Amino acid sequence: MIMMKDVYKKYPNGVVAANGINVEIARGEFVYVVGPSGAGKSTFIKMMYREESPTKGDIIINGINLATLRNKRVPYLRRQIGVVFQDFKLLPKLNVYENVAFALEVIEESPKQIRKKVNDVLALVGLTQKARMFPNELSGGEQQRVSIARSIVNVPKVVIADEPTGNLDPDTSWEIMKIFEQINARGTTIVMATHNKEIVNTIRHRVIVVDGGMITRDEYEGVYDYEG
Amino acid sequence: MKGYTIMKARTMGRHLRESLKSLGRNSWMTFASVSAVTVTLLLVGVFIVIMMNLNQLADNLENDVEIKVITEPAADAEAVKILEKQVRETSGVSEVIHATKDEELDKMIKSFGDELNLYKQSNPLGDAFYVKAADPQKTAEVAEEIATYDNTDQVVYGEGKIEKLFNVLNMSRNIGMVLILALLFTAMFLISNTIRLTIVARGREIEIMKLVGATNSFVRIPFVLEGVWLGVLGAIIPMVVISVSYYELYSQWQPRLQNELFQLLNATPFILQVNGLLLFMGVFIGVWGSFMSVRKFLRA
Repeated sequence: MIMMKDVYKKYPNGVVAANGINVEIARGEFVYVVGPSGAGKSTFIKMMYREESPTKGDIIINGINLATLRNKRVPYLRRQIGVVFQDFKLLPKLNVYENVAFALEVIEESPKQIRKKVNDVLALVGLTQKARMFPNELSGGEQQRVSIARSIVNVPKVVIADEPTGNLDPDTSWEIMKIFEQINARGTTIVMATHNKEIVNTIRHRVIVVDGGMITRDEYEGVYDYEG
Repeated sequence: MKGYTIMKARTMGRHLRESLKSLGRNSWMTFASVSAVTVTLLLVGVFIVIMMNLNQLADNLENDVEIKVITEPAADAEAVKILEKQVRETSGVSEVIHATKDEELDKMIKSFGDELNLYKQSNPLGDAFYVKAADPQKTAEVAEEIATYDNTDQVVYGEGKIEKLFNVLNMSRNIGMVLILALLFTAMFLISNTIRLTIVARGREIEIMKLVGATNSFVRIPFVLEGVWLGVLGAIIPMVVISVSYYELYSQWQPRLQNELFQLLNATPFILQVNGLLLFMGVFIGVWGSFMSVRKFLRA
């Protein structure tokens, strides 16, 4: 599903954020990516949706090699992976329904299908009642649920989440995690960067620790056992 | 991965709706851009109206220039006929009016008085041809050519004076063109800057759209369409103001300008042309401004 081979990333300012990363993630897995700030976790995640390209090495997702993927093809890659961010990244001038529908408009889905799929996914995240509200009228947890709904509305095989609970209080974080668990249960691969120790240690999944641009630990049913 | 797909009609419809919605959602930005278009097009429009009318005056002045060819008084009718044929066939000649020596004398009597009547017994004048060059600026060349023919006595066209006139006219035309172009560039700069501001404010939106898998054209088209609307909205006031004022001016002044060298251009086709031009410029500037501004965010 996801494979990184000898991935090396050096930024123009000289920072080496990935220094020989090798990893393989199978279909349907749920993987936490943890590690201290500035350790290359963000770069690791960003390279998966081609926000950053590796300087060297191959990243293969769903059979597409991101290292050689031309800029023009990037939108087509992004349609196959759902991305969820710490800051939600919702379009401020579109309401909940329109934000989710946007991901389907992009792939030129028919209006009938859009209506059906958006309503289904809003029901899944429990936002049917708030479909006409705008992002600034929602709580953080609700905004994150919109963002998750948008990321899964066209049924991607992979969802990549970058600190999805970073801006949320503990109760809300658990709710969000419940949704991710549901999505994973349907067979969607999930890669989640997080700092949340309780979550990692309670909802057990594979844990990849990134430090100094390298994977220093990779354990199934792993724990979050460092400070930072 | 699917290859390049041709955009579906309903997606185009979506872009159209989106661009119109965006005008309303960004009402302040819309207002700023539309005012910028309005002000500049108003200036450009007024300037074009003035320039085109001055140009018309210049054309009239030019077309007033003619060559007078006086035949040798001794030349017989046959020789005059040959000369007329020659003159008519000279390249660059558009119009030849033949005045017989008697007609010429009548003209002189009219302007200088009846004393000249006594010349009617034996007319000392030659026949005359009034010649117009197809391109008035080539008058001197045509005159020189004609002067080489047999049986021409004098060829006159206001040497020296018309060269000066042409110089002045050409220079004022060039200055006018430069001014209009400069004004247009200023307009484009001003408007693309205003639009850029509106888009910078929306840079984050563009980033999000691209994260969700929007292609560059999917992001760009609504913005470009928005540019079209901004251009059209910005062109309305200048079009109305210029049309109304020109019609007013035309109906007030044209009757008084009868028989003058300076004529206002006929309102009907002219104003339509100016309106078309303003609309085109508004749309062009709007599209160009949007295109240039959004380009920056679509790289990578």
